[in-house]
Amino acid sequence: MHISAKLRLATIAAATTAVMSTATLFGANAQETYRIGYAISKTGPAAPGAATSTIPNYEMWVKEINDAGGLQVGDKKLPIEVVEYDDRSSSEEAVRAIERLINQDKVDFILSPWGTGLNLAVAPILDRAGYAHLAGTAVTDKAPQLAKRWTNSYWLLGTGEQYAVELAKFLEGLKAEGKINDKVAMIAVADGFGIELSKAGREALEDRDFDLVYDKTYPLGSQDLATIVNDIKALGADTFVAFSYPPGTLGLTEQSRVLGFNPKVFYAGVGTAFPLYKNRFGDNAEGVVSLGGASEDAPKIADYIKRHVEFAEREPDRWASIVNWATLQSLQQAIERAGTTDREAINAELAKGGFDTILGTYKPGDQTFWQVGQWQDGKFVGLAPTDMEGAAELVFPKPEWKAAQ
Amino acid sequence: MSILKPDFIKPVGLGALIFAALAFLPSLVDSYYMSLAISVVSFAVLATAWSMFSGPTRYISLATVVFFGIGAYTVAVLGEVLPFPLVLVCAGLAGTMIALLVGFSTLRLAGVYFVIFTFGLTELVRQVVSWYEVNVTREMGRYVFLDITQNDIYWQLLALFAVLLLTGFILGRSRLGFALRIIGEDETVAKHCGIDVTRVKVALFVLSALFMTLTGAIMAPRWTYIDPVIAFNPMLSFQVVIMALLGGPRRLLGPLLGVIPLTLLFEVLTASFPNHFSILLGCVFMVIVYLLPGGVVGLYEKYRAPKKRVLATDQNAKTGGSTA
Repeated sequence: MHISAKLRLATIAAATTAVMSTATLFGANAQETYRIGYAISKTGPAAPGAATSTIPNYEMWVKEINDAGGLQVGDKKLPIEVVEYDDRSSSEEAVRAIERLINQDKVDFILSPWGTGLNLAVAPILDRAGYAHLAGTAVTDKAPQLAKRWTNSYWLLGTGEQYAVELAKFLEGLKAEGKINDKVAMIAVADGFGIELSKAGREALEDRDFDLVYDKTYPLGSQDLATIVNDIKALGADTFVAFSYPPGTLGLTEQSRVLGFNPKVFYAGVGTAFPLYKNRFGDNAEGVVSLGGASEDAPKIADYIKRHVEFAEREPDRWASIVNWATLQSLQQAIERAGTTDREAINAELAKGGFDTILGTYKPGDQTFWQVGQWQDGKFVGLAPTDMEGAAELVFPKPEWKAAQ
Repeated sequence: MSILKPDFIKPVGLGALIFAALAFLPSLVDSYYMSLAISVVSFAVLATAWSMFSGPTRYISLATVVFFGIGAYTVAVLGEVLPFPLVLVCAGLAGTMIALLVGFSTLRLAGVYFVIFTFGLTELVRQVVSWYEVNVTREMGRYVFLDITQNDIYWQLLALFAVLLLTGFILGRSRLGFALRIIGEDETVAKHCGIDVTRVKVALFVLSALFMTLTGAIMAPRWTYIDPVIAFNPMLSFQVVIMALLGGPRRLLGPLLGVIPLTLLFEVLTASFPNHFSILLGCVFMVIVYLLPGGVVGLYEKYRAPKKRVLATDQNAKTGGSTA
């Protein structure tokens, strides 16, 4: 009985706190701030990705603007106020959180969640309510159709196909130079991203007369890929392509090193451009190819990376982070150009483009960033499209693996 | 059983009135409250359907999301090919077939074996769907572009819930319902009474699965994009069990008493403590187990000075306490 009474008291206390904080949350707010809302995966399977590419950028953007006194809207400086929720990596939670941001919190602008599934889940709601949708971390072959379907949506990372095709073009160039043979071993993670890229990659490589000597998928979540690496090692392919997720990317790199599998071109999917890859493999990252890339010698990018390290105590990844940051810069300029907090005016400015960002003159949705990159001297530099300014030369062949550190 | 007795007409008429009133909700509140209402009604259907089978038989099933996901996937596959009502029929058929298959092969299992099997079933179905998408269609993730508004979803769920409650109500007064209660009390006795135990259990399992499948099918257009991880998220199964147990799975309206407070609680926790949701949720569950071992229904019956239901209440308290 004693315990029960205490617990009852604790429950009442907890409930009161809950009600009180709800009250402050829903409390009245005069328009002296610009309210930005987002629902992001702080827990669940999408949390590591969100914590790498999205959350630090959102937080750093808000802090930098507020440190400067706020957004310059007309003749007023409006500091940013943030309303954030955890969607727990669930589509239903994301949908509900966005409804809450629109109808309860009545925020001025909503930033996108992390991942293809969650971005697609919230897209129709944002569209219906007249909010722009800067989908920062969705890779989908439907991107062009989606942008037409929901006029104010911007699919920043484009289609899976574009990365695969750009890689195939790049490999074709190497083959024409006689550097690599026509044999390619390809594996993909059995999930949306891997399937989409391997499908496009298969076509693009076969169109360019490559011989796919290995073409299989591995299940999501499996990290022990030694058997696959061993099978591939015997096939004599100069090029190894893995459209993998971060856990698989790390596992494949480690097992290739241990088993001494060192093809001339070693491409591994998402995760290679993450700072954790460099931290884990050190010198062994040298020469590994992946999607993304950054012109780290360009002053704006170098400055961004430096500020990100100071703010988040880690480097940004060299793919989605950079595109997301350019988009956040665009958003700030769109609001300031519009000179009002009116959503339609800001949406119209966003659609006009011409923003000055770390990716140069940029409009959200432009695919003017590196599609293929490589670790060179601790920097993840851009290789392709080869006609883009600042394209680096490929380190070829990939250096030998060194002993584990 | 006679349909026209007053003790049938009165509750059904009252229920019809309440549901008719609820159908006007969309014209009264904004879309945030509608999304909350959808959450309440969808969990109400799932928890009531779960209790329909698990309440009387005391088989704890963690397969809710299997059927929910099958419904969602049917919409993803057929949504743009067939008109929506036909898609729902197909979803219902698919759910029924799988439930029959699963029912006949596993309902001879008892106790914890059944629990573990149903949990494993989720993973099995998810992997089979993944395998199919990877190797046959070569497209992981499907798009559901249907012009179905939030209010449409709400009305469909409400209608489904009404049908479910009516079914449950009729069932409770039927021979099948009686047979089920006997099985729940003592399976051996039921066998000796001449009840075909397996067939009765399978029939109920299929019926309950049918409603879960339809819920998944109705909810799918809300997410636009469906892949196996989204459709077969095991969290849903656990949430349904917790809600049903909090309410009290052995009364028709019992689960509803768990669904409403818990859905609202989830909402308050998510909105107010986005960074501490899981921890607070865990604390709340512990509090529930300590304070309400018999569920809300058990509490109600305890304080209402029960007349002849003493035995049933005791049983309730035991099931709730040992499973939660």
